[in-house]
Amino acid sequence: MIKVLVAKPGLDGHDRGAKIIARALRDAGMEVIYTGIRQTPEQIVQTAIDEDVDVVGISILSGAHMKLVPRILELLKNNNSDVAVFVGGIIPEEDAMELKKSGVVEVYGPGTPISEVVERIKGYFEHANV
Amino acid sequence: MEISEIKKNYEAWQKSTEELIKKYPETGNFKTSWSEDVKRLYTPLEVQKYSDIGFPGEYPFTRGVQNTMYRGKFWTMRQYAGFGTAEESNKRYKYLLEQGQSGLSIAFDLPTQIGYDSDDPHSLGEVGKVGVAIDSLYDMETLFDGIPLDKVSTSMTINATASILLAMYMIVGEKQGIKWDKLRGTIQNDILKEYIARGTYIYPPKPSMRIITNIFEFCSKEMPLWNTISVSGYHIREAGANAVQEVAFTIADGIEYVKSAIEAGLDPNIFGKRLSFFFAAHNDLFEEVAKFRAARRIWAKIMKERFKVTDPEALKLRFHTQTSGSTLTAQQPENNIVRVAIQALAAVLGGTQSLHTNSMDEALALPTEDSVRIALRTQQVIAYESGVAKTVDPLGGSYYVEFLTDEIERKSFDYINHIDELGGMINAIESGYVQQEISNSAYDYQRAIESKEQIIVGVNDFKMEEKNLRKTMKIDDEVEAKQVENLEKMKKNRDSALVKSSLENLEKVARSNGNLMYPIIDAVRAYATVGEVSNTLRKVFGEYKEPTMI
Repeated sequence: MIKVLVAKPGLDGHDRGAKIIARALRDAGMEVIYTGIRQTPEQIVQTAIDEDVDVVGISILSGAHMKLVPRILELLKNNNSDVAVFVGGIIPEEDAMELKKSGVVEVYGPGTPISEVVERIKGYFEHANV
Repeated sequence: MEISEIKKNYEAWQKSTEELIKKYPETGNFKTSWSEDVKRLYTPLEVQKYSDIGFPGEYPFTRGVQNTMYRGKFWTMRQYAGFGTAEESNKRYKYLLEQGQSGLSIAFDLPTQIGYDSDDPHSLGEVGKVGVAIDSLYDMETLFDGIPLDKVSTSMTINATASILLAMYMIVGEKQGIKWDKLRGTIQNDILKEYIARGTYIYPPKPSMRIITNIFEFCSKEMPLWNTISVSGYHIREAGANAVQEVAFTIADGIEYVKSAIEAGLDPNIFGKRLSFFFAAHNDLFEEVAKFRAARRIWAKIMKERFKVTDPEALKLRFHTQTSGSTLTAQQPENNIVRVAIQALAAVLGGTQSLHTNSMDEALALPTEDSVRIALRTQQVIAYESGVAKTVDPLGGSYYVEFLTDEIERKSFDYINHIDELGGMINAIESGYVQQEISNSAYDYQRAIESKEQIIVGVNDFKMEEKNLRKTMKIDDEVEAKQVENLEKMKKNRDSALVKSSLENLEKVARSNGNLMYPIIDAVRAYATVGEVSNTLRKVFGEYKEPTMI
């Protein structure tokens, strides 16, 4: 079973999307942990390692993504973690491209169908033979 | 026509329509936002309570809070703005005032709202992003530089740290030579909806409610023109609530604030006049108009019946409206101009006192100056060209709108009564009941979009290839560094002994029963920072941890 950590880094309180995604992934048969709001990158990475998750889904709408996501990627790398990182939120196109270059699997903006996210996560692991 | 005759004719009409439907079936999504079926036609049969709608400016204010409404004066056009440094925001405010905006509405960044200075590790990446960064009085002086505070009314979206930002505003006014009792404006100061939906709480509910009532008490003595709270349904709706939940939970929060104010010894006949509300305007035009009308009637009844208020002015639900950010699409963003226009129209037909219209590019980034101008122009077109402001409550008497108004009232009272049974709104929030109700609605709505039961133009239908990179507004990362640098400089130039003693005094008062506003004003005047004041209170009150559930 694919295990997912849905995380809200930074000070952003917009958790509607994170909660919907968490519930939808659970309904799609994944095991889901939701951190709640206001998590530091350190807390998120610690939880990801302690819970031995396959995926970290980061939801961020405050505009702080270019500081917080790279920090999470860096901490994951320092811990030799190979979890797949997905990002969702208000992320301008050029930032999304940069994040993907630095290792984020996919960046989802407003209006993304949930089925697309579910299929992408499932497909990622079929591909990776996990 | 007699009601019995209408009934007879209606039944005959229904019968012939059923025959027609066999040949030409109806297709579409005929549901209210709370998933009730909308009937094919509304007639006098559904509207039993015409007597209840009354007249504008009179109890129960279904038709509006003033006798003449927009014939006397249009609503206040007030665009929420703020980003980056105080200096940049100051420029945007001056631009908006030049463009004919009638009041200011200040957006603060998240560190300011949650009581962290720009150099706090929690602030990483957030400085100046969703609003302007304010660390101390020094920034606030820059923010309002050249804007005479006796000429504008200022609305500040600030909650957990409202006492601190209000104190700063008062001192800026003072330095411009304006007395506190001449300042006009609003602080949002609605902490309960932060626990429910918006997320910028700091302390647990009980000390938070104390701070709020301290502000109520202080302002009733020192700032009689200031609106001390804006009870907000906006964020509740944006978190996924339906129209009934928006009204019911907002009014349940309002009840809690009035109870606290009465316990603190304030007279609801006086305090009630300083209370204002804040709602969202969504796409469903008639439902939204009905929602505003129902909210007014419910509040008037509660103030009169539950709190025994007799002054009619204190029975009036006055409200600000913002069009719904969550309905804006990143796909084909120009379509958002149309959505905003429909939503703004709903707010005006519903009798709003002030209005913010969203910009078309807000699902992509912070709005550019051009898109902000279009949003403001949308309000001006409605005001000056559409003709809807010519008469008061133009939809009053529509069978459908009156039916919806009654229905929203009835269903809201069901929720309010249930929350009473749970022991009031604070209990209902701490147990997670309110959050769960909203989450369920949000999830159901998303599923309706996924199944195409709900069509969103450009998102799940009428799609097209879009590849052009739009010009969006970017906040330079320099802002964070600059803000931290300015903060360090400011700290070197202030009287640190005075800061220390003022914070010690604040802690002492926090541990007693005294009013916190006075020691906060002293600390802020000495250039104590938002973070320093908040941390002093964190030490005494602790921090709130939300119940997480999905």
